[in-house]
Amino acid sequence: MPTDMYKTQRYYHHKDFQKPSHFHAGNGVVTESKKRGSREIKIARKVLDVNDAMAQQNRDMFAEKGVFVINVMSSPGSGKTAILEKTLSHITHEVRSAVIVGDICTSNDADRLSGFGAPVVQINTDAFGGDCHLTAHVIKTAAGNFNLDEFDLLIVENLGNLVCPAEFDMGENLRVVVLSVTEGEDKPLKYPLMFRVCHAALLNKIDLLPHLDYDRETAVQNIRKVNPQMPIFEISARTEEGFDSWIEWLMQKLHG
Amino acid sequence: MHEMGIAMQIVEIAIASIPADLENARIDRVNLKVGKLAAVVPESLRFCFQIAAQDTPLHHADLHIEEIPVIARCTDCQVEWTVHEPVFRCEQCSSGSVEVISGRELDIISIEVVDEDTTDAD
Repeated sequence: MPTDMYKTQRYYHHKDFQKPSHFHAGNGVVTESKKRGSREIKIARKVLDVNDAMAQQNRDMFAEKGVFVINVMSSPGSGKTAILEKTLSHITHEVRSAVIVGDICTSNDADRLSGFGAPVVQINTDAFGGDCHLTAHVIKTAAGNFNLDEFDLLIVENLGNLVCPAEFDMGENLRVVVLSVTEGEDKPLKYPLMFRVCHAALLNKIDLLPHLDYDRETAVQNIRKVNPQMPIFEISARTEEGFDSWIEWLMQKLHG
Repeated sequence: MHEMGIAMQIVEIAIASIPADLENARIDRVNLKVGKLAAVVPESLRFCFQIAAQDTPLHHADLHIEEIPVIARCTDCQVEWTVHEPVFRCEQCSSGSVEVISGRELDIISIEVVDEDTTDAD
């Protein structure tokens, strides 16, 4: 792999959207001689600036088309897909919606999310090297499946992972993290970046609380420690408890 | 979890930054800044970097990682402090309106290049 990788990196073309477009051999500034025969070349670049630049292109494209994009993230099994099934059933009669759903493998989630009147595109990242998150260029490619003029809302269900997706901007307007009451109350403290970068938290599966030793209050306090101003919606995707507030907030953001 | 992709990106940026006049350049050090809030594990990144650097001018390069502390600023009272625990509430006025002003860095600062022709001539 490394040999091939080097070759492909050495001879890429600028039109390749995955590669930086402004790399030129010798663009570094030679500033000082560290030791005999060695010199330091300043670079000062973000390692992820290729993704960030693509995310900004996406953001501009979505703005031009009038599409509001939300990125839903959580650990695996927290109920993202169930929440989106219920969310779509509430909104698709009034909001023209489309969905991009990411998983390493299977189209199970796309199958579940179809049938609510919103087209669904499944991304399987095994085709992109088994990535643990969605990146801006993947979203750009996936969005190419839709005529964006026909939609007002694009919901992206990210891969189940509380670490990596937090680091990758896709050009979305809004980030939502789901935490379920079958996970530890301290998840926000263990994954602070995720809870910092998101605009709202959904505390899911609250219908299970009578059967669990879960300390709901501690979980809420831990979210507030990491992100004191973030709205928290306590919901159950099974019973739809709490959905009115969540949907109302989402619609405010969409129309705001 | 995505350290391999980041390591490959670092190798790519480093190779592209070698000046054109150094035909037999070897990079012996890559200087990186990684914020403590970045979703990157330095040890994991070093391990991935060794693999990504094989068969490239970076194959002997050290990855020098400067870890950047998380610094927050209260947008109400403007006080700044270093965040050691994941608690983002103002230490002075308890405001929850807090911005992170450093700690999310994932920047390649510089490379140190040896021209093997020059070294041989010495």
